[in-house]
Amino acid sequence: MQTTIAFLGGIYNNYLALEAAIADAHSRGVTQIYCLGDLGAFGPYPDRVFPLLIENEIQTVQGNYDHSIGNALEDCQCGYTDPRDNHFAAISYAYTLQNTSQENRQWMKELPAEIRFTWEDKTILLCHGSPRKTNEFLWESTTSTAFLERLVNEQNADIILGTHTGLHWHRLLSSNRHFINVGVLGRPENDGTTNAWYTLLHLNTEGCGQENDYASVEFIPVNYDYERLAREMDSENIPKEFIETIRTGWWTTCLEVLPAKERRAGKY
Amino acid sequence: MSAPPIAPLASLDELWFQVSGTLCNLKCEHCFISCNPTNDSFGYLSYDYVMHMLEESVELGVKEYYFTGGEPFLNRELVPMVEQVLKVGPVTILTNGTVLKTDWLNRLQTAEQNSRYSLEFRVSIDGPTPEMNDPIRGERTFERAIKGVAILCEFGFLPIITMTRTWDESREEEILDSFRGVLKQHHYARPRLKVLPRLKLGEEADRTEGYGQFERITPEMMEGFDVSQLLCNHSRVVTDRGIYVCPILIESESARLGETLRDAQVDFPLLEGACYTCYQYGSICANPSSKKVEA
Repeated sequence: MQTTIAFLGGIYNNYLALEAAIADAHSRGVTQIYCLGDLGAFGPYPDRVFPLLIENEIQTVQGNYDHSIGNALEDCQCGYTDPRDNHFAAISYAYTLQNTSQENRQWMKELPAEIRFTWEDKTILLCHGSPRKTNEFLWESTTSTAFLERLVNEQNADIILGTHTGLHWHRLLSSNRHFINVGVLGRPENDGTTNAWYTLLHLNTEGCGQENDYASVEFIPVNYDYERLAREMDSENIPKEFIETIRTGWWTTCLEVLPAKERRAGKY
Repeated sequence: MSAPPIAPLASLDELWFQVSGTLCNLKCEHCFISCNPTNDSFGYLSYDYVMHMLEESVELGVKEYYFTGGEPFLNRELVPMVEQVLKVGPVTILTNGTVLKTDWLNRLQTAEQNSRYSLEFRVSIDGPTPEMNDPIRGERTFERAIKGVAILCEFGFLPIITMTRTWDESREEEILDSFRGVLKQHHYARPRLKVLPRLKLGEEADRTEGYGQFERITPEMMEGFDVSQLLCNHSRVVTDRGIYVCPILIESESARLGETLRDAQVDFPLLEGACYTCYQYGSICANPSSKKVEA
């Protein structure tokens, strides 16, 4: 038996990339789609995200942003500590909070903190940052394999999927278990390209990949009308720093939290 | 009297190595563990001991590693230790930047390139000018540390400049902007800055003042507080005299928790003045900077 499931990371109000990712998944015959949360942030018109998730029956995990907006908290709980990171986080949070309808806030408030399901005898766990803390940053270059082994053991999971950092990565663990960061649709990946990313997980009872693995991971670049998004951000008076990221593919804000390797890969 | 507030060890995520003990080539006037060239109250960790602890830490699922002192590079086995640790996890080295040698950095650069993990350097400089830094850290230390930063940049590292706040907080932005400008002049194009609060222990207690009797965490203060803001909730430090709760409190005998990492997985009562600073500022030992949490 073979199946493919799509996983979407942080949307950050980027409804155009979300639309493009859903269309891309459908064009590949993929109908089972999950979202790992953080629906709001840098982009324009927060309310445009929700109809796409609801109409396409996309089950969604509650990210820190969704918890904050849903409960009208004071900040996004993004987990930044540096004042420079928090400065820009506060601007996008204020905009998103102000522009999200009461109905959509309520919808976010009720989202689950994790989703767990089984495929054959495998347990698949969907979280936002990490299963133990919604806003934990699990960066590829600062997360030891020993730690991930502990996480899958503690969680009794075969595959854990998260987002939150904004950068996709995958690590194969012992006994063919996996940790996958699915990337985000909300902004490009700080590599000078304008596309966003989502993830396909191919599951196969016959084994489909190295070491007779039952699971393989495919990261999918998503092209969308980023110029339109940038124009709309501009018309909403969203800071020019966020717009530059959309147009250039380089992160301009919330950089202090990046570890050395990830920071070096970017321009700023 | 009510029971003291307690920090449980939720998860051993970060392991610190007090790799050069309290030995340092400098004698900073605000050093909270009074490190200097002759203070051997804590000594060097040996390569074999670090490897032994590394093995135990992998079994426990430790996520990140930190090397501190004193000045870590005084330990002649630091480079081979870091080369080994980078095979299993990310490493941060806290250095004063004044004793770096290019052949060490060559090896560390290669080790990081061959690793999936980051190697971070935190370089302590206490202000954007010699006039601010040198009275605290010693004559010509500004010039020497800035040279160290430049060498690290030549090797492609992005050192985190770590400064202790010896100024009034109202001047913070001005000082940080000035520092960014100075670092750019020294060819550090995208400087990373971290500000630490003063820890009123050791030399700093003599330089200014120690903790007052009311500078303590009370049980009431813990209500609704995110305890993960405290390092002792997810970290331990290895010294040549055993495992301690955190790198700040090694001179406090009550902070010694045992011989092995497993021994040291116990709750810690938050009775020290420095616990109060950690509470106020949050995540003070993490690599990104932090700011006083608004009440």
